[in-house]
This record gives sequence, structure tokens and C-alpha cells, in this order.
Amino acid sequence: MSGADNVIWLGAPAFPDAARTALADTRQRANLRRATGTIRDKRLAVAAELEDWEELRERAAAVKRSTLRHLDQHLLRLEQAVTAAGGTVHWAADAAEANRIVTNLVQATGESEVVKVKSMATQEIGLNEALAEAGIRAYETDLAELIVQLGNDRPSHILVPAIHRGRSEIREIFQREMGAWGKPAPEGLTDDPRDLAEAARLHLREKFLRAKVAVSGANFAAADTGTVVVVESEGNGRMCLTLPETLITVMGIEKVLPSFTDLDVFLQLLPRSSTGERMNPYTSLWTGVTEDDGPQYFHLVLLDNGRTATLADEVGRQALSCIRCSACLNVCPVYERTGGHAYGSVYPGPIGAVLTPQLVGIEQAASLPFASTLCGACYDACPVKINIPEVLVHLRAEAVEAKRAARLLPTPEALAMKAAGAVLASPRRLAAAQRLGAFGARLVARDGRIGALPGPFARWSGTRDTPAPARESLRAWWRRTRGDGDTPQGSRTRGRPGENSRTTEEGERR
Amino acid sequence: MNGRDTVLRSIRGALSDVPRSGTPDAVPAPPGSGADHAGPDVVGLFAERAADYRATVVRVPEGEAAAAVARALARAGARSLVVPPGFPEDLLPPGDWARLADVPPLSIGQLDAADAVVTTAAGAIAVTGTVVLDSGPGQGRRALTLLPDQHVCVVRSSQIAGDVPEALGRLDPLRPLTLVSGPSATSDIELERVEGVHGPRTLDIVVIEDLSLCGRLGAR
Repeated sequence: MSGADNVIWLGAPAFPDAARTALADTRQRANLRRATGTIRDKRLAVAAELEDWEELRERAAAVKRSTLRHLDQHLLRLEQAVTAAGGTVHWAADAAEANRIVTNLVQATGESEVVKVKSMATQEIGLNEALAEAGIRAYETDLAELIVQLGNDRPSHILVPAIHRGRSEIREIFQREMGAWGKPAPEGLTDDPRDLAEAARLHLREKFLRAKVAVSGANFAAADTGTVVVVESEGNGRMCLTLPETLITVMGIEKVLPSFTDLDVFLQLLPRSSTGERMNPYTSLWTGVTEDDGPQYFHLVLLDNGRTATLADEVGRQALSCIRCSACLNVCPVYERTGGHAYGSVYPGPIGAVLTPQLVGIEQAASLPFASTLCGACYDACPVKINIPEVLVHLRAEAVEAKRAARLLPTPEALAMKAAGAVLASPRRLAAAQRLGAFGARLVARDGRIGALPGPFARWSGTRDTPAPARESLRAWWRRTRGDGDTPQGSRTRGRPGENSRTTEEGERR
Repeated sequence: MNGRDTVLRSIRGALSDVPRSGTPDAVPAPPGSGADHAGPDVVGLFAERAADYRATVVRVPEGEAAAAVARALARAGARSLVVPPGFPEDLLPPGDWARLADVPPLSIGQLDAADAVVTTAAGAIAVTGTVVLDSGPGQGRRALTLLPDQHVCVVRSSQIAGDVPEALGRLDPLRPLTLVSGPSATSDIELERVEGVHGPRTLDIVVIEDLSLCGRLGAR
């Protein structure tokens, strides 16, 4: 299903390897720490202004869950309403089909360039690359997407794809690349964010003014009225949604809401969760086409691309409630340190760790459900209450199952777990293993800590120090200090009578 | 089989655990939802919140709106002014502005060259400091409020809703709607907010105080 699309980047290393490289990039870590710290404080401040924040989250979660349970009916109503308002609805089962539909629509206009509003759906399907193959140039117009496009880079955050870049890097990219794409960067450009934003304004202005075709995503679509919503800040969205003659919107099928009035709760939750604003500067809502105002041709492409596979999983389907606010990324201790590229997907961070493996199949992204400490900060921050830790644990089990099913012989890990099970089932075997383990571990420990080990232990010990075990196990200490027969609670439960005999204790004391 | 049938069949296959009823579930609203976050002084809150996002807000009595518009234009040094069809003549500022009517429609180039646009609004939201445009009389098509670098928006205090749900309830979804909260901005560089990117870099809001208390009660 994935193949040509961008949900996962071909050739990207597994998360642990990518994370190791990312952690060594101190400049990126500083950029991320500053940016996520700023946004976390803002989000908390504006969420605290609404005393019923938790109730809003409950309601949003209920609307999303309920909508997904009858997704086909809502999409059919949406199709009907958009068509009645003068739009055309297309359905795409996968990335290749969506790209083909959009390419054909652009070619039918006779144009060879399009302006784009930032959109995760078109990132996911690799639309820009598909258009380029057909000789159509796609210009990203969101500032962060522009930085990524000019830098020939990949997005690393759902909301701010260039979050891994600091201001001085952005200035370098603008000075180096803008000339090749259109109007060059102004002379004497500084790294003040105001100057950089002004450079983007000047660079993109001519493209907006001449554009005949725009491509956008959608934040929401109301099934009862056919109204499509794009939430943005810079005005690049309004430019694309208003000035061209043709508008093509690519929307994941999970974005539909039953009714226009459902927008009320989402328009309160999304800006606060996303940019930490009470409301983003511009929200555009349009229904089909309007005579003498805006594009006269409107196409809505409804995209599956792995979403129905996700929907089939009763635990995992809640990930489809995501409104792409990126609050979970900003609060995640793992994301803050590794950045988004380490996830090897357009959907990074905690939501990516649950969404990506479901969209492409667990065997394609088996390391992602493990890219988390399960601390739960993402669940607390999520405005639609996706229980990300629950889905992560569920997917971890699936990853292990998939690995087992794909092999004739059990994995070393499975063998080790089986052996551990046998040891833990018998107090005598556990005591013996503890003595052996303590002896072996003390041999390799330095200053009371065990560092990186060779061979089969490398994968565990390569990323963490382990304290050297005590000379004496708790059970042995208990027997020595509390005297005969007074064994710790529970140690007899699976043991045979007489197993903890005096002889055994004497033996341990030596 | 076409894409539509494939997608619909996949959805139905994925939802085999859900009973197939004729109508989608109704979502129960949890108790307390729809709470009003605005408090009693809706106009004051609107002015404060809009200013918080770097819009310039003035509150004037009925007869002084035109002068307030004139001051806003003078402050930004605007010389050419787009006036949408249906904009009330008595709100037009005195002075020697070059007036651009959108009849026949102005070209994109003409709009881009214009210094400012003056409009009315379809509504406003106090809690978020938002003005709502619906391309109605006095507002014009969407491009008019997008390309000129200054937008002066005249809002009547009776139009200001407390919060988002109330405001959405007053709108016609079939019209093209734009919610504007401050001038254009970006947080894309180190997540630091910078005002002024592609949309108008200056947003002036003139609030005409017209019996705000009655308007507020009438909205309930």
C-alpha cells in the first residue's frame, strides 16, 4: 500500500539508530528545546483560560469516535452536499490514485505550476514529487514548508515542519536558494524572524498573484453543509483558497464531521492546542463554489491510503480522531530530544508512533511503537483524548506477533523471555540465576555500573548503564537476617514444600 | 471497481463490529458544554483580546465612526482605499482618498497596489478577538480583504458574540466565511510569533457602540 508514498521514507533507519544520530546533533537539540519549551507554556496558558477544557475534550473525542463508527454514511452526505454546492468529489484508495487524480486535474487546466497550502495529506502521498514527474511545479507557500522545500529537506514536525532549523540556518537557506525558485532574498537579509518573514512575503507574492491552480488540505469538513475548513496563520492559505481559478483539496476521509455546528468545539480546541493561540489569525470556510468570489472550480479528493486498515483495529482506530494539532509532539520527552526525522515518517512524535505503523502496516514500521517512554504526557495534552500509550502498548504486542509469525525459528528475544519465564516460575531456579548473574555482572562492572557489553547484551546495554547487582539478593538477605523458615511473602507460592530448607540457606551463606 | 466503491467497501469491512443502523449515532453533549467564557463585558473583552493579537481597536459612538476610520488610514499613510459594494456611505472617511469601487471587479494587480480596504463585518467573537467576514454587503468578495496591506473593519457592538459556538450559530454556512483574528502572523521560526506575513499587516477595528447591552440580550 505504501510504495511510492511518503508515510514512511524509504531507506530511513529504524528509530533507535536514527535517534542515536539525532541525539548527537547538539544544534538541533538546542533548536528543539527552545521551540517546544516556548509552545508548551503558551498552550498551558490558553487552555487554562477555559474552565471547561476537560469537557470540551470529552465532547470532541465523542464526536470523533461516533463519526468514525459511521464514516461511510458521513462521507456520502458530504459528497452530496459538496456536489450540490457546485464542487466535484473524487475518491482515492491510495496515494498513487490520489496523485493520479490531482495530476489529471491540473493537466486539464493547461497549467504547469500550482501553489500549495501546507497539508499533511499531500505530504503523506508525495504529491509534489508526483506532480514534478508530470512536469508540474508545486510551490509550498507556508513559511515552514517553504524553508523545508528550499532546503531540500524533510519535515520534522506536523505544524512547524522546519522546527529543527534555527533562524541563522533559515537565513542561509533563503540567501542560497530563493533565487533558483523565483525572487531572490533581499540584500543584507538578517536572521531576525521579522526580516525572514518579510523575505518570504516578497518571494511568494508574485506566485500568488499569477497562480491559476491551488492545492490544499483540509482541517475539517461538515457533512451536512459540505463546508470545508482550513485553519492557518500567515494568509498564504487565504491566497491559495481565494485567488486561483481552480482549487483542489486533498482530505483524509477521517476529517469529516457530521455537522457544521460540530465545528464549535474543534475551533476552540485546535488553535489553543496547536499554536497556543485563542484563535489562529485566519480560518477559511467555504462550501462548493461561490459566483464571483474565489475559485470557480472546486475539487475535493477523499483519501483512504491506509485509513480504513487503521479503522479496522478496534483499539488503534482512535488514532484517526487526530486533528493534527501537534500538542503531543511538543510535550513528548522523546520527540524533544530526537526531533522528527528520527521517526522516518511524515507523521513524527507520539501520534506518528501510533499512526504510521497502522497506515503502512506494523511490519513496515516495527520500531515506532517502542519510540516512547509511555509517560502519558501525550494523552494528557491531546485535545481529542487519543489514548496514545494504550495504542502504543497494543501495537508493541502486534509488532512482536508479526515478528514471530514471520520467522521459522523463535527470535533470541523470544527464547530469552521463555527462559526467564522458566526461571521466575521456580524459587530455586531464581536463586541460582541470581547468584550466577550477580557473579557475572560484578566481573564486567566498573565503579558499580555496567556499561556497554558485547554480543547478545549489546542491544540492551548500548543505550543505558545498569547498576551492578548487590553481592547478595534480597531473598538471601532476608533468610540470613530473619532466621529460619521466615521466608519473604510469596516465595512459597509456586515452590514445593521443604524447598527453602536450611541446607539451601546454609549453601547460600557460604 | 472505482475508487469510490473501493473506499466505501473498505470502510464497511473495517466497521464489522459496529451495528449497521440507518442513522448515525447522536453525540450526547456532556453536561456543562457550551459554557460561556465571555463574562458580562463582551465588548470590552473583544477589544482587549483583538488588541492582544496586535489589532488596533477603537470604540466610538455612532456618529464618530467615519472620523475613526480616517485616523486609522492616516496613521498607516494610506492614500488609495478599496470600498466594497454596499459599504455605508456615512461611515466613509472624509478626505482626498482615491476611492476604488469593486464595480466592475478590480483586477488582482489593482487590489495588490491598493493601500487599504475598509469593510463592515458579519459578526465578531469576544473571547478570541475575532471578526467574521461572509462576503456580504459592505464586505465584498474575499480577495478585497486579503491583498491590500491594511484592513479597517467596522464592527457594531451588537454584532459581537461572546464565544465561538454563539458566533457560528449566527452564520450562514453556505456563504464563504473568513475568521480574522489579528493581522497575519507566523510562528514558524523557532515558534516565536511574528505579525505580518501574506495577509494585511495592519488590522484596525472600529467598534461602534450601539446599545451593546440590548444586543447582547437579544443574542441569547
